[in-house]
Amino acid sequence: MRRLRFLVAAILIGVAPILSLAVEPDEILDDPVLEARAREISAQVRCVVCQNESIDTSNAGIARDLRILIRERLVAGDTDQEIFDFLVARYGDFVLLKPPFKPETWALWFAPFVIAAAGAAGIFVLVRRVNRRAAAGPGQLSEEELAQIEKIIQNEKAEADS
Amino acid sequence: MKRFLLFLPLVVALGIGAFALWGLWADRNPKEVPSALISKPAPEFDLPPIPGVDVPGLKRADLTAGGPPVLVNVFASWCVPCKAEHAVLSRLVKEKGVVLYGINYKNKAEDARNWLADLGNPYSRIGFDLSGRVAIEWGLTGVPETFIVRGDGTVVYRYVGPIVGADAQKKVMSALREAGWKEAGK
Repeated sequence: MRRLRFLVAAILIGVAPILSLAVEPDEILDDPVLEARAREISAQVRCVVCQNESIDTSNAGIARDLRILIRERLVAGDTDQEIFDFLVARYGDFVLLKPPFKPETWALWFAPFVIAAAGAAGIFVLVRRVNRRAAAGPGQLSEEELAQIEKIIQNEKAEADS
Repeated sequence: MKRFLLFLPLVVALGIGAFALWGLWADRNPKEVPSALISKPAPEFDLPPIPGVDVPGLKRADLTAGGPPVLVNVFASWCVPCKAEHAVLSRLVKEKGVVLYGINYKNKAEDARNWLADLGNPYSRIGFDLSGRVAIEWGLTGVPETFIVRGDGTVVYRYVGPIVGADAQKKVMSALREAGWKEAGK
């Protein structure tokens, strides 16, 4: 167990520098506050070349260009929102890793809750129906059914006797 | 009503299954992302010509001058699919009279020059985008990429990847016609 933990830690430590290598030294801003903001923004921007990666971790040429562009605009005094708007104007909402919340994406945001609510309602109705049936107790048999049962019992008895 | 409810789970399961199947469909290209530029005016840009190439540079004003729709093709000499596409574009220009503009993306002038000298130059204007900044204005995701721009400067279509093969050419040509382009002599 201990050995395994050591192994996992070793692999993670070994891999960490590879993961964080995308941002090259010449891109990094001198101002640590701006650099931190740049990193935070980059982590939320999709790399349009590799698609499921943020530009912060992507080595693609366009990702690097976008990282530099974001830093230039930060230095020029843009707010985070202005930078996102700039990117969305050129690449569409797709460039944001987190889809924005607006009428076009309501289905996306609400679907899980709607499905969960529908499921809960279904279970609630089902449970209530079962409970009600249990509370009512077993139903009464009709005359006909009683007669039928009587007949079966008689038959059984007759067979046992013979 | 009760009867129908009995089939509801099946219907829901089939719906989810169909969605999953669509996701796995081999012909579907998940990289096909609609361009944010479609039906919007072409971005503001002004690119110089490639030094030593005898066609003028490309700027936004060239796209808003009226006239038939044009193809704006982003290419580079280091891009292998661009080379394959080059023959198709040349033919469209020569045989169909399509107006073709180019944006030379992140290319050394010398390489671009040699490439065009080697293969021929079908472009009537080429913007020299060494830094790749103008390509970002166009929302470029890779080379080659081809836009159709109407005479009033509205971007109406984008094709990602090389226009090679009958399907791709058909798509681009029908988009051109839809944009109001008419083949010369018809």
